[in-house]
Amino acid sequence: MNTVAAPTRNARGVVRITLIVSACAFLFGFAMIPLYRIACEQVLGIKLEDGPVTGRAVAAASVDTSRSVRIQFLASVNSKLPWTFAPEVTRIDVHPGELTEVWFDAANTSDAAIVGNAVPSVAPNTASAFFNKTECFCFTEQLLAAGEARRMPVRFIVDPALPRDVTELTLSYTFYENTDATRRVAETVGAPPHAG
Amino acid sequence: MAHAATHDHVAHDDHHDHKPQGFIARWCFSTNHKDIGTLYLIFSLLMFFIGGAMAMIIRAELFQPGMQLVEPDFFNEMTSVHALVMIFGAVMPAFVGLGNWMIPLMVGAPDMALPRMNNWSFWLLPVAFGLLLSTLFMPGGGPQGGWTLYPPLSLQGGNGIAFSILAIHVAGISSIMGAINIIATILNMRAPGMDLLKMPVFVWTWLITAFLLIAVMPVLAGAVTMLLTDKYFGTSFFNAAGGGDPVMFQHIFWFFGHPEVYIMILPAFGIVSEIIPTFARKPLFGYQAMVYATASIAFLSFIVWAHHMFTVGMPLGGELFFMYATMLIAIPTGVKVFNWVSTMWEGSMTFETPMLFAIGFVILFTIGGFSGVMLAIVPADFQYHDTYFVVAHFHYVLVTGAVFSIMAATYYWLPKWTGHMYSERWGKIHFWSSVISVNVLFFPQHFLGLAGMPRRIPDYNVAFADFNMISSIGGFWFGLSQLIFLGVVVHCAFFSKVKAPARVWEGAKGLEWEVPSPAPHHTFSVPPVLKPGMLAHDDVSH
Repeated sequence: MNTVAAPTRNARGVVRITLIVSACAFLFGFAMIPLYRIACEQVLGIKLEDGPVTGRAVAAASVDTSRSVRIQFLASVNSKLPWTFAPEVTRIDVHPGELTEVWFDAANTSDAAIVGNAVPSVAPNTASAFFNKTECFCFTEQLLAAGEARRMPVRFIVDPALPRDVTELTLSYTFYENTDATRRVAETVGAPPHAG
Repeated sequence: MAHAATHDHVAHDDHHDHKPQGFIARWCFSTNHKDIGTLYLIFSLLMFFIGGAMAMIIRAELFQPGMQLVEPDFFNEMTSVHALVMIFGAVMPAFVGLGNWMIPLMVGAPDMALPRMNNWSFWLLPVAFGLLLSTLFMPGGGPQGGWTLYPPLSLQGGNGIAFSILAIHVAGISSIMGAINIIATILNMRAPGMDLLKMPVFVWTWLITAFLLIAVMPVLAGAVTMLLTDKYFGTSFFNAAGGGDPVMFQHIFWFFGHPEVYIMILPAFGIVSEIIPTFARKPLFGYQAMVYATASIAFLSFIVWAHHMFTVGMPLGGELFFMYATMLIAIPTGVKVFNWVSTMWEGSMTFETPMLFAIGFVILFTIGGFSGVMLAIVPADFQYHDTYFVVAHFHYVLVTGAVFSIMAATYYWLPKWTGHMYSERWGKIHFWSSVISVNVLFFPQHFLGLAGMPRRIPDYNVAFADFNMISSIGGFWFGLSQLIFLGVVVHCAFFSKVKAPARVWEGAKGLEWEVPSPAPHHTFSVPPVLKPGMLAHDDVSH
C-alpha cells in the first residue's frame, strides 16, 4: 500500500502551483478592468474618458470650410429618473474645426432634489474619436432641486481629421439618477430628520 | 517479480473488493475514483434530463408563432437555465466523471492523486445546482438574461440572480478542484514507463483541458463577483451611470467563455481518438500531431474571445485580428478531422454503437465547425449575430459534438464499468433515432437564422412558422430518443446477462483493458509493468 501513499506527497507541489495559477487567474479577471482602459486608450485609440479636450488641441485645429458636417442631438432620461430633458435644437450643420455651442434643457419634475449624471454617446462609433467636447454638463454631476429647470451648454469641435465619408454625426445623452449622490444630498442639505 | 505481483493483486482484488459497507459509506463518503466517477456520470445524466425538459418547454412554445404555453418571463428563464444546466451540470460533470473513471485506469494509477478532494468536488455539484434550480421557485424567478448574464439585463430581475451567482461560484470551485486533481494524477501517478508521449489521447486532452479550467474558471468567478457587487454593493464595474462599461463584462465573460467551449470539446476529441482506432483496428493516425493540435487549439482559445462580440463597436483592427485568429483555429481542428478520417482509411472497420456515435461526431461536429468559420467572418457575422444561425452552430458542436462523444464513451466503456454488455440492438436504435432527429431539430435552425429569426424570443414572425415546427418535431423526437439511452444503461447495469471480457473490444489497446470487467474496486495498487504492444501509442517514432 505504500505505493498509494507516496504519490500523494509529490502531488503537493502540483497542487500548490495549480492553486497559484487559479488565484492569479481570479485576480487577472479584475486586472482586465484597468488593462482594458489602457488597451483602448493607449493602443487602440478609443476614447473612454469623457473629460474636456485640452486648449492646445483646440487651438491646433484649423477650420475646414470646404465641407460641413450635420450633427444631430438626442436626449433621453432613464426610466427611473423623473426628469424632462431635451436639446434646444435637434440638428445643426458645422464646419470641422469650428467651436460650436448648443444648449440642452433639463427639469426636475419630482418634489425632491435629485442628482443626475448624463452619459454621452456618439454615433457612428468610428467617428467618436473625432468629436471633441471642450465643455459639457456630462463632465459633472447635475443637482436639480425639486421643480428646478436648467439650461446646460455643450461646446464642441469636430476634428478636421474626420474621415470625409462621415457627413452626419449623432450625439446622444442619457440622464441616469446618481443614487449615491442623491442620498448624500438628502442627508446634508437638510432632509427632514427622522421622526423623533 | 513486480509482474507477478500485479497479476496476484488483480486476482486478489477480483475476489475481495474491499468496498465500504453500507450505502452512505460507499457513496457519500467515497474516495474511490470509480465510485466518484459513477456519481458524476449519474449526476450529469440527471441534469441532462432536467435541462432537456427545459428544452422541450422551449420547443413546445416555439412550435407555432404566437404565445401559447408559457409567459415570456418564464420562457427567458428556460433559455437561461437550460444553458447553465447543460453546460455546467451535464456536459462538464460528464467529462469529469469519465476522467475520474478512466484516467487512473489508463495511466496505471491506483486512484486519483487527491481522493478526499475528489469527494468534495463532486458533492459541491448537487449544492450548486440545488441553488440554481431553486431560483425558479423564488419571487422574481431565475436568471432571465441568458447564460452569458450580460448586464444590465441580468441584474434587472429579482434577487434570484444572487443565488445563481453563488451557484456558479460553487460549480466553478468544483471544476477547479476536479481539474487540479486530474493534473496532479496525470503528472504524478503514471505507471513507470508511461511517458507523457505514450499516454492515451483522452488523457492528453484532459490534461490540456484541466489547464484551461484552472486558467479561466477563476476569471468567470471574478466576472460574476463584479456583477454581484454592482447589484448589491454599489460598485460600478459595468454600470454606465457610475462610469463603468457594460461592454467590459462581455470582454471578461468571453475571456472565460471561449476557452470554456474548448473545455467542453477537447475531452470529446480525446474520446473519439480512443474509439476510432479500436473499431478501425488501426493505430491512430498522427498521434503526436493530435497532441500538438490539441495544445494549439487550447492556446488559440485565449486570443479569440472578442469574436463573440463583433457587433459591440470594436475598432477595425480588433475585428480583423479576432477574425483571423479565429479562422486559424480551423487548422489544428482540420488536422484532427483529417487524422480521424485517415485512421479509418483502409481499416477493417466494424460499426458497433460507440463507433457509430464517433463517426456521427466526426461528420456532424465538422458541420458545426464550418458554421463556426462562417460566423468568424466579420461582415457575415453582423448579419448572423444573435440569430438562430448561432443557435444551430453551437448545438451542432455541443450536442452532436460533446454530447455524442459522451454517449460514445458511455457505450465504449459501459461493459468495463458494469461487467456486462449492453444491448447492441437497442444501442443502434438509439443512435439512428438520435442522429436523424438531431438533424431534424437543428438543421432548419440554420435557415431560420439566415432568414433573420433572432434567438432567445418566445414569439416570432409567421414567416418562420414551418421551419420552427419541423425543428420542434425533431426536438421532441430527440428528447424521447434519450429515454432509449436511459433504458440501455439501466438494462446494462442491472439486468444484462451477457458477461463482458476484460478486453471488451477486439481492437482495443490500453491499460484499461488489462483489468477485468467489471473493473475491481481497487486497481493497479501495484504499478503495472508495461509490455510492448500493451499501449496504443507505444512507439510514436513513426
